[in-house]
Amino acid sequence: MISVTRSIETIGRKTVSSIEECGYIAALFIESFYWLIFGSKRHQAVRLSAIVNEARQIGVDAVGISAVLCFAIGVMLAIQGIETLKTFGAQSQVILGIALSVTREFSPLIIGILVAGRSGSSIAARIGTMNESQEIDALQVMGINPVRFIAAPIFIAMLIMLPLLIILGDFMGLLGGAVYSYIELNISFSAYAQRSLEILTINDLSQGLIKSFVFANIIALVSLSNGFQVKGGAEGVGHATTRAVVMSISYIVIADMIFTYFLNR
Amino acid sequence: MDLAIQVKNLVSHYGERVILKDISLDVPRGEILVIMGGSGSGKSTFLRSLLGLKKATSGKVNLLGKDIMQLNELEMHDMRKNMGVAFQGGALFNSLTVGENVRLPLREHTDLDESTINIMSRMKLEVVNLSGFEDLKPAELSGGMIKRAALARAIVMDPKLLFFDEPSAGLDPVASVELDELIITLRDAMQMTIVVVTHELESAYKIADKITVLDQGEILMTGTVEEVKNSKNKRIQSLLHRQARHDDVDADEYISRLTRTST
Repeated sequence: MISVTRSIETIGRKTVSSIEECGYIAALFIESFYWLIFGSKRHQAVRLSAIVNEARQIGVDAVGISAVLCFAIGVMLAIQGIETLKTFGAQSQVILGIALSVTREFSPLIIGILVAGRSGSSIAARIGTMNESQEIDALQVMGINPVRFIAAPIFIAMLIMLPLLIILGDFMGLLGGAVYSYIELNISFSAYAQRSLEILTINDLSQGLIKSFVFANIIALVSLSNGFQVKGGAEGVGHATTRAVVMSISYIVIADMIFTYFLNR
Repeated sequence: MDLAIQVKNLVSHYGERVILKDISLDVPRGEILVIMGGSGSGKSTFLRSLLGLKKATSGKVNLLGKDIMQLNELEMHDMRKNMGVAFQGGALFNSLTVGENVRLPLREHTDLDESTINIMSRMKLEVVNLSGFEDLKPAELSGGMIKRAALARAIVMDPKLLFFDEPSAGLDPVASVELDELIITLRDAMQMTIVVVTHELESAYKIADKITVLDQGEILMTGTVEEVKNSKNKRIQSLLHRQARHDDVDADEYISRLTRTST
Protein backbone atom coordinates (compact mmCIF):
# COMPACT_ATOMS: atom_id res chain seq x y z
CA MET A 1 0.00 0.00 0.00
CA ILE A 2 2.83 2.32 1.00
CA SER A 3 4.63 1.67 -2.29
CA VAL A 4 1.47 2.62 -4.26
CA THR A 5 1.15 5.86 -2.29
CA ARG A 6 4.83 6.58 -2.88
CA SER A 7 4.51 5.96 -6.61
CA ILE A 8 1.54 8.34 -6.81
CA GLU A 9 3.48 10.89 -4.77
CA THR A 10 6.50 10.56 -7.07
CA ILE A 11 4.32 11.00 -10.17
CA GLY A 12 2.67 14.02 -8.55
CA ARG A 13 6.00 15.62 -7.64
CA LYS A 14 7.43 15.02 -11.11
CA THR A 15 4.33 16.50 -12.74
CA VAL A 16 4.52 19.60 -10.56
CA SER A 17 8.26 20.03 -11.22
CA SER A 18 7.71 19.60 -14.99
CA ILE A 19 4.99 22.26 -14.98
CA GLU A 20 7.26 24.48 -12.88
CA GLU A 21 10.07 24.03 -15.41
CA CYS A 22 7.75 24.87 -18.32
CA GLY A 23 6.74 28.04 -16.48
CA TYR A 24 10.38 28.90 -15.82
CA ILE A 25 11.28 28.41 -19.49
CA ALA A 26 8.32 30.54 -20.61
CA ALA A 27 9.31 33.30 -18.17
CA LEU A 28 12.90 33.15 -19.42
CA PHE A 29 11.70 33.49 -23.02
CA ILE A 30 9.46 36.47 -22.27
CA GLU A 31 12.01 38.18 -20.02
CA SER A 32 14.81 37.86 -22.59
CA PHE A 33 12.73 39.65 -25.21
CA TYR A 34 11.47 42.14 -22.67
CA TRP A 35 15.04 43.24 -21.89
CA LEU A 36 15.94 43.31 -25.55
CA ILE A 37 13.06 45.67 -26.36
CA PHE A 38 12.70 47.73 -23.18
CA GLY A 39 16.17 47.34 -21.66
CA SER A 40 17.50 50.68 -22.88
CA LYS A 41 14.48 52.50 -21.43
CA ARG A 42 15.29 50.99 -18.05
CA HIS A 43 19.00 51.85 -18.28
CA GLN A 44 19.81 48.18 -18.80
CA ALA A 45 20.29 47.77 -22.52
CA VAL A 46 21.32 44.41 -23.93
CA ARG A 47 24.87 45.12 -25.09
CA LEU A 48 25.73 44.59 -28.75
CA SER A 49 29.26 43.60 -27.73
CA ALA A 50 27.83 40.76 -25.59
CA ILE A 51 25.68 39.53 -28.51
CA VAL A 52 28.69 39.66 -30.86
CA ASN A 53 30.80 37.74 -28.35
CA GLU A 54 28.17 35.03 -27.96
CA ALA A 55 27.61 34.91 -31.72
CA ARG A 56 31.32 34.30 -32.17
CA GLN A 57 31.30 31.42 -29.71
CA ILE A 58 28.06 29.84 -30.94
CA GLY A 59 28.44 30.48 -34.66
CA VAL A 60 31.84 31.56 -35.94
CA ASP A 61 33.77 29.05 -33.83
CA ALA A 62 31.49 26.27 -35.12
CA VAL A 63 31.92 27.08 -38.82
CA GLY A 64 34.72 24.56 -39.40
CA ILE A 65 33.11 21.57 -37.76
CA SER A 66 29.68 22.40 -39.24
CA ALA A 67 31.18 22.57 -42.74
CA VAL A 68 33.01 19.25 -42.33
CA LEU A 69 29.98 17.41 -40.93
CA CYS A 70 27.56 18.68 -43.58
CA PHE A 71 30.06 17.97 -46.35
CA ALA A 72 30.36 14.40 -45.01
CA ILE A 73 26.57 14.07 -44.88
CA GLY A 74 26.39 15.21 -48.51
CA VAL A 75 28.97 12.60 -49.54
CA MET A 76 27.18 9.88 -47.58
CA LEU A 77 23.84 10.72 -49.16
CA ALA A 78 25.47 10.60 -52.58
CA ILE A 79 27.01 7.19 -51.89
CA GLN A 80 23.76 5.72 -50.57
CA GLY A 81 21.67 7.44 -53.25
CA ILE A 82 23.79 6.26 -56.14
CA GLU A 83 23.89 2.72 -54.77
CA THR A 84 20.11 2.61 -54.37
CA LEU A 85 19.27 4.30 -57.65
CA LYS A 86 21.60 1.99 -59.55
CA THR A 87 18.92 -0.68 -59.17
CA PHE A 88 16.65 1.43 -61.36
CA GLY A 89 19.40 2.77 -63.55
CA ALA A 90 18.53 6.27 -62.40
CA GLN A 91 21.79 7.34 -60.71
CA SER A 92 21.59 10.86 -62.07
CA GLN A 93 18.45 11.40 -60.00
CA VAL A 94 20.69 11.40 -56.95
CA ILE A 95 20.93 15.18 -57.27
CA LEU A 96 17.23 15.47 -56.51
CA GLY A 97 17.49 13.32 -53.40
CA ILE A 98 20.52 15.17 -52.08
CA ALA A 99 19.14 18.63 -52.77
CA LEU A 100 15.85 18.01 -50.99
CA SER A 101 17.08 15.93 -48.08
CA VAL A 102 20.04 18.20 -47.28
CA THR A 103 18.10 21.47 -47.29
CA ARG A 104 14.91 20.20 -45.70
CA GLU A 105 16.25 17.71 -43.24
CA PHE A 106 19.88 16.87 -42.77
CA SER A 107 21.47 20.28 -42.58
CA PRO A 108 19.04 21.65 -39.94
CA LEU A 109 19.12 18.43 -37.94
CA ILE A 110 22.90 17.94 -37.96
CA ILE A 111 23.62 21.61 -37.22
CA GLY A 112 20.94 21.61 -34.49
CA ILE A 113 22.44 18.54 -32.82
CA LEU A 114 25.98 19.91 -33.22
CA VAL A 115 25.12 23.28 -31.66
CA ALA A 116 23.12 21.60 -28.87
CA GLY A 117 26.12 19.44 -28.03
CA ARG A 118 28.70 22.15 -28.46
CA SER A 119 27.11 25.37 -27.26
CA GLY A 120 24.21 23.95 -25.20
CA SER A 121 26.59 22.10 -22.90
CA SER A 122 28.94 25.06 -22.62
CA ILE A 123 26.09 27.49 -21.82
CA ALA A 124 24.62 25.21 -19.14
CA ALA A 125 28.05 24.54 -17.59
CA ARG A 126 29.08 28.20 -17.70
CA ILE A 127 25.91 29.53 -16.11
CA GLY A 128 25.76 26.63 -13.65
CA THR A 129 29.29 27.38 -12.46
CA MET A 130 28.47 31.08 -12.21
CA ASN A 131 25.46 30.17 -10.11
CA GLU A 132 27.48 27.98 -7.80
CA SER A 133 30.26 30.54 -7.33
CA GLN A 134 27.68 33.25 -6.49
CA GLU A 135 28.45 35.21 -9.68
CA ILE A 136 24.71 35.36 -10.46
CA ASP A 137 24.08 36.70 -6.94
CA ALA A 138 26.88 39.21 -7.50
CA LEU A 139 25.17 40.43 -10.68
CA GLN A 140 21.87 40.81 -8.86
CA VAL A 141 23.33 42.79 -5.96
CA MET A 142 25.15 45.01 -8.43
CA GLY A 143 21.75 45.83 -9.94
CA ILE A 144 22.53 43.98 -13.17
CA ASN A 145 19.69 41.72 -14.23
CA PRO A 146 21.20 38.26 -14.99
CA VAL A 147 18.65 37.52 -17.73
CA ARG A 148 19.48 40.79 -19.46
CA PHE A 149 23.23 40.41 -18.96
CA ILE A 150 23.69 36.69 -19.67
CA ALA A 151 20.56 35.11 -21.15
CA ALA A 152 19.35 37.71 -23.66
CA PRO A 153 22.66 37.95 -25.60
CA ILE A 154 22.87 34.14 -25.82
CA PHE A 155 19.28 33.99 -27.01
CA ILE A 156 19.72 36.59 -29.73
CA ALA A 157 23.07 35.18 -30.85
CA MET A 158 21.52 31.71 -31.12
CA LEU A 159 18.59 33.02 -33.18
CA ILE A 160 20.99 34.75 -35.59
CA MET A 161 23.75 32.17 -35.85
CA LEU A 162 21.82 28.91 -36.14
CA PRO A 163 20.06 29.89 -39.40
CA LEU A 164 23.38 31.13 -40.80
CA LEU A 165 25.09 27.87 -39.89
CA ILE A 166 22.25 25.95 -41.51
CA ILE A 167 22.63 27.95 -44.75
CA LEU A 168 26.33 27.08 -44.64
CA GLY A 169 25.36 23.46 -43.95
CA ASP A 170 23.04 23.46 -46.99
CA PHE A 171 25.86 24.67 -49.20
CA MET A 172 28.43 22.23 -47.82
CA GLY A 173 26.01 19.29 -48.02
CA LEU A 174 25.30 20.04 -51.67
CA LEU A 175 29.03 20.47 -52.27
CA GLY A 176 29.71 17.06 -50.70
CA GLY A 177 27.11 15.51 -52.99
CA ALA A 178 28.57 17.31 -56.00
CA VAL A 179 32.13 16.13 -55.27
CA TYR A 180 31.09 12.48 -54.94
CA SER A 181 28.79 12.67 -57.98
CA TYR A 182 31.70 14.09 -60.00
CA ILE A 183 33.97 11.25 -58.92
CA GLU A 184 31.40 8.49 -59.34
CA LEU A 185 29.15 9.69 -62.17
CA ASN A 186 31.37 12.33 -63.74
CA ILE A 187 28.66 14.98 -63.35
CA SER A 188 30.37 18.38 -63.66
CA PHE A 189 30.03 20.92 -60.83
CA SER A 190 28.25 23.41 -63.07
CA ALA A 191 25.73 20.81 -64.22
CA TYR A 192 25.20 19.66 -60.64
CA ALA A 193 24.71 23.25 -59.45
CA GLN A 194 22.33 24.06 -62.28
CA ARG A 195 20.25 20.93 -61.68
CA SER A 196 20.16 21.63 -57.91
CA LEU A 197 18.98 25.21 -58.49
CA GLU A 198 16.23 23.93 -60.82
CA ILE A 199 15.03 21.49 -58.16
CA LEU A 200 15.22 23.68 -55.11
CA THR A 201 12.41 26.09 -54.33
CA ILE A 202 12.13 28.79 -51.72
CA ASN A 203 9.88 26.40 -49.81
CA ASP A 204 12.68 23.83 -49.46
CA LEU A 205 15.11 26.38 -48.05
CA SER A 206 12.50 28.01 -45.83
CA GLN A 207 11.63 24.64 -44.30
CA GLY A 208 15.19 24.42 -43.03
CA LEU A 209 15.15 28.01 -41.83
CA ILE A 210 11.83 27.67 -39.98
CA LYS A 211 13.26 24.63 -38.22
CA SER A 212 16.44 26.55 -37.43
CA PHE A 213 14.48 29.19 -35.46
CA VAL A 214 12.64 26.49 -33.55
CA PHE A 215 15.88 24.63 -32.78
CA ALA A 216 17.60 27.87 -31.72
CA ASN A 217 14.80 28.52 -29.21
CA ILE A 218 15.00 24.97 -27.91
CA ILE A 219 18.78 24.99 -27.43
CA ALA A 220 18.89 28.44 -25.83
CA LEU A 221 15.96 27.94 -23.47
CA VAL A 222 16.83 24.41 -22.37
CA SER A 223 20.51 25.24 -21.77
CA LEU A 224 19.83 28.53 -20.01
CA SER A 225 17.13 27.14 -17.75
CA ASN A 226 19.27 24.14 -16.79
CA GLY A 227 22.22 26.42 -16.09
CA PHE A 228 20.27 28.91 -13.97
CA GLN A 229 18.66 26.14 -11.91
CA VAL A 230 21.87 24.33 -10.97
CA LYS A 231 22.03 23.13 -7.40
CA GLY A 232 24.49 20.85 -5.65
CA GLY A 233 28.01 21.97 -6.56
CA ALA A 234 30.18 20.30 -9.19
CA GLU A 235 27.88 17.29 -9.45
CA GLY A 236 24.94 19.61 -10.05
CA VAL A 237 26.81 21.40 -12.84
CA GLY A 238 27.68 18.06 -14.48
CA HIS A 239 24.09 16.88 -14.19
CA ALA A 240 22.70 20.12 -15.64
CA THR A 241 25.14 19.98 -18.56
CA THR A 242 24.21 16.41 -19.45
CA ARG A 243 20.52 17.19 -19.01
CA ALA A 244 20.77 20.27 -21.21
CA VAL A 245 22.35 18.33 -24.08
CA VAL A 246 20.09 15.28 -23.84
CA MET A 247 16.93 17.39 -23.53
CA SER A 248 17.93 19.75 -26.35
CA ILE A 249 18.71 16.91 -28.76
CA SER A 250 15.55 15.00 -27.84
CA TYR A 251 13.35 18.08 -28.27
CA ILE A 252 15.09 18.93 -31.55
CA VAL A 253 14.44 15.47 -33.01
CA ILE A 254 10.80 15.47 -31.85
CA ALA A 255 10.22 19.04 -33.07
CA ASP A 256 11.84 18.11 -36.37
CA MET A 257 9.44 15.24 -36.83
CA ILE A 258 6.41 17.42 -36.02
CA PHE A 259 7.52 20.26 -38.32
CA THR A 260 8.44 17.93 -41.14
CA TYR A 261 4.95 16.42 -40.93
CA PHE A 262 3.15 19.76 -41.02
CA LEU A 263 5.44 21.48 -43.52
CA ASN A 264 5.03 18.68 -46.04
CA ARG A 265 1.26 18.31 -45.96
CA MET B 1 19.61 58.41 15.41
CA ASP B 2 20.36 58.27 11.67
CA LEU B 3 19.95 54.60 10.82
CA ALA B 4 21.45 53.07 7.70
CA ILE B 5 19.92 49.66 8.31
CA GLN B 6 16.83 48.82 10.31
CA VAL B 7 15.50 45.29 10.55
CA LYS B 8 12.19 44.64 12.29
CA ASN B 9 10.77 41.26 13.28
CA LEU B 10 12.34 39.43 10.37
CA VAL B 11 11.22 35.83 9.97
CA SER B 12 12.58 33.60 7.23
CA HIS B 13 11.99 29.99 6.21
CA TYR B 14 13.53 27.47 3.85
CA GLY B 15 10.55 25.31 2.99
CA GLU B 16 8.99 24.58 6.33
CA ARG B 17 12.20 25.03 8.32
CA VAL B 18 12.44 28.28 10.25
CA ILE B 19 15.86 29.87 9.70
CA LEU B 20 15.40 33.32 11.21
CA LYS B 21 13.08 33.85 14.17
CA ASP B 22 11.92 37.41 14.72
CA ILE B 23 15.18 39.27 14.14
CA SER B 24 15.31 43.00 14.92
CA LEU B 25 18.40 45.12 14.50
CA ASP B 26 19.50 48.75 13.99
CA VAL B 27 22.75 49.90 12.40
CA PRO B 28 23.54 53.63 12.58
CA ARG B 29 25.25 55.28 9.61
CA GLY B 30 29.04 55.03 9.54
CA GLU B 31 29.17 52.05 11.88
CA ILE B 32 30.76 48.64 11.38
CA LEU B 33 28.45 45.86 12.50
CA VAL B 34 29.86 42.37 12.77
CA ILE B 35 27.39 39.51 12.64
CA MET B 36 28.84 36.49 14.39
CA GLY B 37 27.55 33.01 14.79
CA GLY B 38 28.47 29.39 14.27
CA SER B 39 27.58 27.27 11.28
CA GLY B 40 23.85 26.99 10.83
CA SER B 41 23.16 30.04 12.99
CA GLY B 42 21.31 31.72 10.12
CA LYS B 43 23.88 34.43 9.42
CA SER B 44 24.15 33.67 5.70
CA THR B 45 20.35 33.70 5.34
CA PHE B 46 20.26 36.95 7.30
CA LEU B 47 22.81 38.48 4.93
CA ARG B 48 20.84 37.28 1.88
CA SER B 49 17.71 38.87 3.35
CA LEU B 50 19.54 42.15 3.88
CA LEU B 51 20.75 42.04 0.27
CA GLY B 52 17.25 41.40 -1.05
CA LEU B 53 18.34 38.03 -2.48
CA LYS B 54 15.96 36.08 -0.26
CA LYS B 55 12.37 37.05 0.37
CA ALA B 56 11.60 36.96 4.05
CA THR B 57 8.40 35.35 5.31
CA SER B 58 7.52 38.42 7.34
CA GLY B 59 9.12 41.50 8.86
CA LYS B 60 10.78 44.61 7.48
CA VAL B 61 14.23 45.39 6.13
CA ASN B 62 14.86 49.13 5.81
CA LEU B 63 18.01 50.16 3.98
CA LEU B 64 18.82 53.89 3.91
CA GLY B 65 15.29 54.60 5.10
CA LYS B 66 13.48 52.49 2.49
CA ASP B 67 11.72 49.19 3.06
CA ILE B 68 13.34 46.97 0.41
CA MET B 69 10.41 44.57 0.41
CA GLN B 70 8.10 47.34 -0.76
CA LEU B 71 10.38 48.70 -3.48
CA ASN B 72 9.53 48.03 -7.09
CA GLU B 73 12.17 46.73 -9.45
CA LEU B 74 13.30 50.17 -10.62
CA GLU B 75 13.56 51.52 -7.08
CA MET B 76 15.48 48.42 -6.00
CA HIS B 77 17.77 48.92 -8.98
CA ASP B 78 18.56 52.43 -7.72
CA MET B 79 19.00 51.14 -4.18
CA ARG B 80 21.55 48.59 -5.38
CA LYS B 81 23.77 51.39 -6.67
CA ASN B 82 24.19 52.37 -3.02
CA MET B 83 25.09 48.85 -1.95
CA GLY B 84 28.39 47.08 -2.34
CA VAL B 85 28.80 43.37 -1.61
CA ALA B 86 31.96 41.32 -1.31
CA PHE B 87 31.06 37.64 -1.32
CA GLN B 88 32.91 34.95 0.56
CA GLY B 89 34.50 33.39 -2.49
CA GLY B 90 34.85 36.76 -4.24
CA ALA B 91 32.28 35.90 -6.94
CA LEU B 92 34.47 37.61 -9.52
CA PHE B 93 33.52 36.85 -13.10
CA ASN B 94 36.07 34.32 -14.25
CA SER B 95 35.77 35.25 -17.89
CA LEU B 96 36.73 38.88 -17.16
CA THR B 97 40.03 40.30 -15.96
CA VAL B 98 40.34 41.89 -12.53
CA GLY B 99 40.15 45.34 -14.13
CA GLU B 100 37.06 44.44 -16.17
CA ASN B 101 35.42 43.05 -13.05
CA VAL B 102 36.01 46.28 -11.15
CA ARG B 103 34.90 48.43 -14.10
CA LEU B 104 31.69 46.44 -14.67
CA PRO B 105 29.39 48.36 -12.23
CA LEU B 106 30.63 51.69 -13.64
CA ARG B 107 30.04 50.52 -17.22
CA GLU B 108 26.56 49.28 -16.43
CA HIS B 109 25.33 52.09 -14.23
CA THR B 110 27.05 55.25 -15.44
CA ASP B 111 27.58 57.11 -18.69
CA LEU B 112 31.19 57.93 -17.85
CA ASP B 113 33.72 57.79 -20.66
CA GLU B 114 36.20 54.96 -20.86
CA SER B 115 39.20 56.90 -19.54
CA THR B 116 37.29 58.12 -16.45
CA ILE B 117 36.07 54.58 -15.79
CA ASN B 118 39.66 53.34 -16.05
CA ILE B 119 40.95 55.98 -13.65
CA MET B 120 38.19 55.31 -11.12
CA SER B 121 38.68 51.56 -11.21
CA ARG B 122 42.46 51.95 -10.86
CA MET B 123 41.95 54.22 -7.85
CA LYS B 124 39.92 51.49 -6.15
CA LEU B 125 42.51 48.87 -7.06
CA GLU B 126 45.11 51.15 -5.46
CA VAL B 127 42.98 51.30 -2.30
CA VAL B 128 43.04 47.51 -2.01
CA ASN B 129 46.74 47.26 -3.00
CA LEU B 130 46.10 45.53 -6.30
CA SER B 131 47.47 48.08 -8.72
CA GLY B 132 49.29 46.36 -11.56
CA PHE B 133 47.08 43.25 -11.36
CA GLU B 134 44.20 44.55 -13.44
CA ASP B 135 45.03 42.51 -16.52
CA LEU B 136 45.10 39.19 -14.68
CA LYS B 137 42.19 36.79 -14.61
CA PRO B 138 40.70 35.82 -11.20
CA ALA B 139 42.09 32.29 -11.60
CA GLU B 140 45.61 33.77 -11.53
CA LEU B 141 45.12 35.46 -8.14
CA SER B 142 45.67 34.17 -4.61
CA GLY B 143 42.78 33.85 -2.13
CA GLY B 144 43.61 37.14 -0.41
CA MET B 145 43.94 38.97 -3.72
CA ILE B 146 40.56 37.65 -4.89
CA LYS B 147 38.93 38.99 -1.71
CA ARG B 148 40.59 42.36 -2.20
CA ALA B 149 39.59 42.49 -5.87
CA ALA B 150 36.02 41.66 -4.85
CA LEU B 151 36.20 44.49 -2.32
CA ALA B 152 37.46 46.88 -5.01
CA ARG B 153 34.48 45.94 -7.20
CA ALA B 154 32.12 46.35 -4.24
CA ILE B 155 33.31 49.89 -3.49
CA VAL B 156 33.84 51.14 -7.04
CA MET B 157 30.47 52.95 -7.05
CA ASP B 158 31.25 54.52 -3.64
CA PRO B 159 28.30 52.80 -2.00
CA LYS B 160 26.81 53.96 1.27
CA LEU B 161 26.38 50.38 2.46
CA LEU B 162 29.02 47.70 2.24
CA PHE B 163 28.37 44.04 3.02
CA PHE B 164 31.26 41.67 3.49
CA ASP B 165 30.76 37.92 3.83
CA GLU B 166 33.54 36.14 5.73
CA PRO B 167 36.48 38.41 4.83
CA SER B 168 39.02 36.37 6.78
CA ALA B 169 37.90 32.88 5.82
CA GLY B 170 40.69 30.93 4.18
CA LEU B 171 43.28 33.69 4.50
CA ASP B 172 46.63 33.62 6.25
CA PRO B 173 46.88 35.81 9.39
CA VAL B 174 48.77 38.63 7.64
CA ALA B 175 46.33 38.87 4.72
CA SER B 176 43.47 38.71 7.18
CA VAL B 177 44.84 41.62 9.25
CA GLU B 178 45.42 43.66 6.10
CA LEU B 179 41.82 43.15 5.06
CA ASP B 180 40.59 44.15 8.52
CA GLU B 181 42.58 47.37 8.36
CA LEU B 182 41.18 48.04 4.91
CA ILE B 183 37.62 47.71 6.23
CA ILE B 184 38.36 50.20 9.02
CA THR B 185 39.95 52.59 6.51
CA LEU B 186 36.84 52.41 4.31
CA ARG B 187 34.59 53.37 7.19
CA ASP B 188 36.85 56.22 8.27
CA ALA B 189 37.69 57.58 4.83
CA MET B 190 34.39 57.04 3.02
CA GLN B 191 31.92 57.02 5.92
CA MET B 192 30.47 53.73 4.75
CA THR B 193 28.14 51.68 6.89
CA ILE B 194 29.64 48.23 6.86
CA VAL B 195 28.12 44.87 7.75
CA VAL B 196 30.61 42.04 8.11
CA VAL B 197 29.58 38.43 8.57
CA THR B 198 32.31 36.40 10.18
CA HIS B 199 33.09 33.74 12.71
CA GLU B 200 36.70 34.86 13.16
CA LEU B 201 36.87 36.29 16.67
CA GLU B 202 40.09 38.27 16.33
CA SER B 203 38.87 39.95 13.19
CA ALA B 204 35.51 40.75 14.79
CA TYR B 205 37.10 42.26 17.89
CA LYS B 206 39.37 44.41 15.79
CA ILE B 207 36.91 45.95 13.37
CA ALA B 208 33.51 45.95 15.09
CA ASP B 209 31.75 48.98 16.48
CA LYS B 210 28.97 46.58 17.42
CA ILE B 211 28.71 42.83 17.35
CA THR B 212 25.49 40.89 16.85
CA VAL B 213 25.62 37.28 17.93
CA LEU B 214 23.26 34.97 16.07
CA ASP B 215 22.47 31.47 17.22
CA GLN B 216 19.87 29.08 15.83
CA GLY B 217 18.11 31.90 14.03
CA GLU B 218 17.90 34.22 17.03
CA ILE B 219 19.89 37.24 18.09
CA LEU B 220 21.48 36.41 21.42
CA MET B 221 22.77 39.95 21.87
CA THR B 222 23.93 43.08 20.09
CA GLY B 223 26.56 45.17 21.81
CA THR B 224 30.04 46.59 21.76
CA VAL B 225 33.05 44.29 21.76
CA GLU B 226 33.43 44.69 25.53
CA GLU B 227 29.76 44.01 26.18
CA VAL B 228 29.88 40.84 24.13
CA LYS B 229 33.09 39.68 25.79
CA ASN B 230 31.58 40.25 29.23
CA SER B 231 28.27 38.60 28.43
CA LYS B 232 27.18 35.92 30.86
CA ASN B 233 25.15 34.11 28.19
CA LYS B 234 26.35 30.51 28.03
CA ARG B 235 25.96 30.16 24.26
CA ILE B 236 27.89 33.38 23.64
CA GLN B 237 30.63 32.27 25.97
CA SER B 238 30.92 28.88 24.29
CA LEU B 239 31.13 30.65 20.90
CA LEU B 240 33.79 33.08 22.14
CA HIS B 241 35.83 30.42 23.89
CA ARG B 242 35.44 27.84 21.16
CA GLN B 243 33.78 25.31 23.42
CA ALA B 244 31.73 22.47 22.08
CA ARG B 245 28.02 22.71 22.67
CA HIS B 246 26.70 20.26 25.21
CA ASP B 247 22.99 20.60 24.70
CA ASP B 248 20.72 18.48 26.86
CA VAL B 249 19.51 15.47 24.94
CA ASP B 250 15.85 14.60 24.93
CA ALA B 251 15.91 10.78 25.18
CA ASP B 252 12.59 10.21 23.41
CA GLU B 253 13.44 12.54 20.56
CA TYR B 254 16.86 10.92 20.24
CA ILE B 255 15.34 7.43 19.94
CA SER B 256 12.75 8.62 17.42
CA ARG B 257 15.50 10.22 15.29
CA LEU B 258 17.43 6.95 15.24
CA THR B 259 14.48 4.74 14.44
CA ARG B 260 12.52 6.87 11.97
CA THR B 261 12.05 5.55 8.48
CA SER B 262 13.38 7.73 5.75
CA THR B 263 10.79 9.52 3.65
